Amino acid sequence: MAHYLLSRLAQSLVLLALVSVIAFAVLHLAPGGPLSQFALVPGMTQEQLAHISHEMGLDRSLPVQYWEWVSRLLVGDWGHSYRDNQPVLAIIVGRLPATFELMLTAIAIAILLGISIGVLGAVRRGSVFDSLATVGAMVALSIPTFWFGLVVIYLFSLKLGWLPAGSRSTVGDESFGDYLHHLIAPAIVLALVEVAIWSRYMRGAMLDVISQDFVRTARAKGLTERAVMLRHAFRNALLPMIELGGLELPTLLGGALVTETVFTWPGMGRLFLDSLGYRDYPVVMGILMVSAVLVLLGSLMADLLSAAADPRIRLH
Amino acid sequence: MSSTVALPSRMEGSQPKRASRGGRAWARFRRRGLAMFGLFAIAFLALAVLIGPALIPFDQLHIDIRNRFQPPPLAGHLFGTDQLGRDLLVRLLMAGRISLTIGFMAMAVSTIIGALVGVTAGYFGGLVGSVLMRIVDAVLCFPSIFLLLALAAFIRPNIITITLIIAATSWMEVARVVQSQIRALRHRDFILAAEMMGASNAHVMLRELLPNAAGPIIVAATLTIARAILMEAYVSFLGYGIQAPAASWGNMLNNAQQYLGSAPWLAIFPGLTITLAVVSFNFVGDGLRDALDARMDLV
Repeated sequence: MAHYLLSRLAQSLVLLALVSVIAFAVLHLAPGGPLSQFALVPGMTQEQLAHISHEMGLDRSLPVQYWEWVSRLLVGDWGHSYRDNQPVLAIIVGRLPATFELMLTAIAIAILLGISIGVLGAVRRGSVFDSLATVGAMVALSIPTFWFGLVVIYLFSLKLGWLPAGSRSTVGDESFGDYLHHLIAPAIVLALVEVAIWSRYMRGAMLDVISQDFVRTARAKGLTERAVMLRHAFRNALLPMIELGGLELPTLLGGALVTETVFTWPGMGRLFLDSLGYRDYPVVMGILMVSAVLVLLGSLMADLLSAAADPRIRLH
Repeated sequence: MSSTVALPSRMEGSQPKRASRGGRAWARFRRRGLAMFGLFAIAFLALAVLIGPALIPFDQLHIDIRNRFQPPPLAGHLFGTDQLGRDLLVRLLMAGRISLTIGFMAMAVSTIIGALVGVTAGYFGGLVGSVLMRIVDAVLCFPSIFLLLALAAFIRPNIITITLIIAATSWMEVARVVQSQIRALRHRDFILAAEMMGASNAHVMLRELLPNAAGPIIVAATLTIARAILMEAYVSFLGYGIQAPAASWGNMLNNAQQYLGSAPWLAIFPGLTITLAVVSFNFVGDGLRDALDARMDLV
């Protein structure tokens, strides 16, 4: 296990280094680069631009700039926002709770609903329910999240008036119930795609397990079908689901960005879009790094958890 | 491999000659109702965006203030009109030209990038292979919508640039698929034979290896079209994609958002169209996956 842990950690560090190069390259090789926001200011002269460029260190070679940026990143100095001069890391960390609240709720819905649908579909393979679930999942995967958000707002906020159309709480009423009320619609919207993916994955994993020898053995020794499915097949089919949790993080984060935008949810995704609008480079780069690090951590944790749960993985 | 299975029937002489591989794949594809639905829907959409605008007596940019916000299907506007009195159906079809074009072009570019990266990584293996595949892993660490927006925000958006940045964030899946295929084929006899006959690396990679990975590439490419259409919609919806007055399915929804309460049809039709297009390509891709699975030839 120790060997597996170390090699997996080393892998993640290599990826982290590559991720930082990509994040840096995306913004510094883009036309205009970080300087473009100042170039747009009316009356800006060439000399002033050159001065700003020097102040910001943009006139040095890219590798030097990259090294400066990374070494500061490592000690927690992520720079200051161009917009309000607040420290970038603090701004992003301040937005994370709202994003996590949304993502965790959506993932909980996805796990409960998706796994139930997947198991039922596998147990009753070829049934009407199974076919409907298959088609339904495919359609759910093809619906643009933002459009589904608009439909939900139209139906449940504008027409029926059951749910608020956006934001995380009502000003002046910050009770738990109020938060919950605001959470329902965005969480459902974000969960849609995840429910579809989890149900497909669970169905596949369940079918894989059902065809294995130990399931036949369990049936042969006279266990009821229910016991075979729940105690033997289901428990083993859950193993690949741990990995799915890690794999799904990029989709979930991307979905959160769109959902937050539609529901004016004060999370990291909306911060990202706002910062793009202001060409706030330090924040944009910071969020790119935070989201990639979250994805890396997620897949690392998923791998370690599945290794802990399944000795076969550790031996590879 | 398939010859050993076909042998007994040939000896009996009772069964007619087996169909070609393509023929058998098509036969399997045709049996899948959803895949056929997808194929017809795509053909319908393509035809509609090609010839539809010519059949509608309105121009996509024709502003008619007296007929603003006409709900469908009033005043000759089948899908209603928008906030400037423009016909929604004709805009939807013109937008479809842009969105579908971007979908196909982004698929082509990302499939080429992905196939080249995958075949290089799979053929050379070793350091080159692992560096390339680690880069693939690293790009996949970024949620693609974040990367896409970061790129889109700093360029002048038009069909070409949007296509390129969607391709830049969509090639990794193809690269992975191709690399694993190539690695499996790398040490087969026909490759060794080609190498012994003095074929160049490029010849072996492009003429011997890649064609044998065609099935999975076609499947991945089809699913990439679905993804690219969706991505265009996301970027344009968020304001960094195709810009007004040109219409794309995504920016029509961006515009519809503010009139959601009073003119819901402005949001409903573009959303349904995107969903139809994306689900159709997904159905076709799924059908192709089963149809092109070489193992099925043995059954």
